[in-house]
Amino acid sequence: MTLNENSQNSAEQVRGGRFVSLLTWPFAAMGRGFIGWVNHMGSSTIFLFLACLKVFRPKQLSKIIEQVYYIGASSILIIILVSFFTGMVLGLQSYHALVKFGAQGSLGTLVALSLVRELGPVLTAIMITARAGSAITAQVGIERISEQIDALDTMRIDSLGYLISPRIVASIISFPILTAVFDLIGILGGYVSGVLLLGANPGAYFYRVQDSLDFKDVTDGFIKAVVFAVIVALVCCYQGYFAHMREDGRGAKAVGLATTSAVVLSCVLVLIADYIVTSLLI
Amino acid sequence: MDTPLIEFKDVTKRFGSRTVLDRVNLQIYEGQVTTIIGLSGSGKSVLIKHIIGLLKPNEGRILFRGKPLNEMDKDEMDECRAGMSYMFQDNALFDSMSVYDNVALPLRETTNLGKAEIDRRVMARIEQTELNDAIHKYPSEISGGMQKRVALARALVTDPRIVLFDEPTSGQDPVRKNAILGRIAEYQRRFGFTAILVSHEIPDVYFISNRILALYQQKIVFQGTPEELEQFEHPFKDEVIQSLEGLQQELTSLYSKRQFKVRYYAQLKRDTAEKTYVVALFTLEGMDDVVAGLGHEAAQEAIRSMGVLIDRHFGAVGGFSARRGMNEFVSVLPYSDLAEAGGIVKDFVEDFRGQGIQDISARAFRRAASGGCVEFTIRVGLAQGQPISGIDAIVESAKKQQKEVARLRCDS
Repeated sequence: MTLNENSQNSAEQVRGGRFVSLLTWPFAAMGRGFIGWVNHMGSSTIFLFLACLKVFRPKQLSKIIEQVYYIGASSILIIILVSFFTGMVLGLQSYHALVKFGAQGSLGTLVALSLVRELGPVLTAIMITARAGSAITAQVGIERISEQIDALDTMRIDSLGYLISPRIVASIISFPILTAVFDLIGILGGYVSGVLLLGANPGAYFYRVQDSLDFKDVTDGFIKAVVFAVIVALVCCYQGYFAHMREDGRGAKAVGLATTSAVVLSCVLVLIADYIVTSLLI
Repeated sequence: MDTPLIEFKDVTKRFGSRTVLDRVNLQIYEGQVTTIIGLSGSGKSVLIKHIIGLLKPNEGRILFRGKPLNEMDKDEMDECRAGMSYMFQDNALFDSMSVYDNVALPLRETTNLGKAEIDRRVMARIEQTELNDAIHKYPSEISGGMQKRVALARALVTDPRIVLFDEPTSGQDPVRKNAILGRIAEYQRRFGFTAILVSHEIPDVYFISNRILALYQQKIVFQGTPEELEQFEHPFKDEVIQSLEGLQQELTSLYSKRQFKVRYYAQLKRDTAEKTYVVALFTLEGMDDVVAGLGHEAAQEAIRSMGVLIDRHFGAVGGFSARRGMNEFVSVLPYSDLAEAGGIVKDFVEDFRGQGIQDISARAFRRAASGGCVEFTIRVGLAQGQPISGIDAIVESAKKQQKEVARLRCDS
């Protein structure tokens, strides 16, 4: 075999190798993605488990109260604003739809059930994600990249117990309370648009609200709120805590990317969880 | 020798494909000040992060009092880390907490002390680090130097047995650098902890260190006393020590101890035995009172001013000078004898009494943390030597001849 034939053979082998790698690349990428996903699922489950265990360490109460104020009390204005206008839009749209069937007396039923069963927990979770969740990720992320979390570890202060556990507990306390506020103000918003502005019967509105709502509707809404609280707190804390391990950025960029990921992922997971929980509770 | 407090055995650390530490072996002994020197990015911080447990080696073992860390159970590990404290290079202060809360944090979270006792301990450290005015401020509202002191106060508030300082003087001016080193040395003497420093401050760090570890090309290439480092022949010395000393000389105008010896050997050692030279040893006494009365920075400013004064005076007549210890300077007058040197020193002392000591005190007071009255004295000793005799013996002889030549009194 001549030198020329040899080089031709090796060139063909290289081309063949490239062709094979082009064919296998999508599978390899999927495999890498899947392994990465399993890895994240595993580590976030351990992260949540350890954070929950450390809720019971001493001196947690004051930190939990501080976080309830930050996540819950500080979010109340935005929740009132959003819920009021959500209720108004719901009242407006529902009234015009029901009038076609002469069923405007059922406006209270429609507004109350929509809010208490679905919109209340979901929109509350999304609003808290936008306001407090993003801030949690940014704060924990900055504490991570500026070595403040390492400093806690060197001082023998458990960083999970100190930073994460109070935020998870505070979310579990705050989400149902804010959901209840959302529901109440939303029903009032529906009353303002449906009754005060469009002229539906006020007595029928409140009668239908009271008559159509079961205790189960309220508890189901709260169950959803608790599930969303765990999801939002976990995703936002996890993204911030591991901001330094991101492969797509370092330093401040990593914190920015972590915050974006936290908000997007929380919202998507809240909607997915909403479907799953609803199908289990219904 | 005793069992090392901390020992590295063939420790290797990699980040991806990059090897930062390659089969590192070292020993750190209890009650000493050990300084790790090396170029920026050579892995010094990575090395000490292994000691506190922030990083784990890929290969090799780290022993604490002879027991491998990876074989310790949780209680043993907790006990081992309970007495350790770490001062971060970038301070790692909590920006959402005040200076007081930053310093109090480890006591609040890891002890069961009452509020009054925590307050007493925190205030003691805050006073020692001259942070009284910044107590309610946030880290972003204070200077970089003050942030360093907050980090120092936080590292010491738990009365640790081992303190790791990761470049405690980075970003400080020369006087503050020496003030921080002086403070570390003072606390180490007072509290007896084991100090492990990462530093670039060559040669200043030699004055406070019992042992030096040199990290070069991923390995520890030297372990020993600062004096032994002077005899050490290795490319590390050319690349690292000389470049850092060159920078230091620009800042203080004095030779380092090693450069001083090089000049001594170059200029005098080769001369014939008949030629003589004189060594003048200056000591600034009463520094503890200056530190107590005016603070560390004022004390370092006084020492620095005196060094500049000595170098200016003796350099003009062909001498060369170096800082020898925390408060000592040595000058060599080549080809001189005691009578001639006595005259030169007499002129120096007259100048010094007339203006020099006032300049020193004025500069020190400008750096003073608080107003006050302090007294300090200058002692000078002379000794004549010949090239065949070693410089160290002549310096010791000059030390024995020292007598007081000037004193700053409160009423002067």
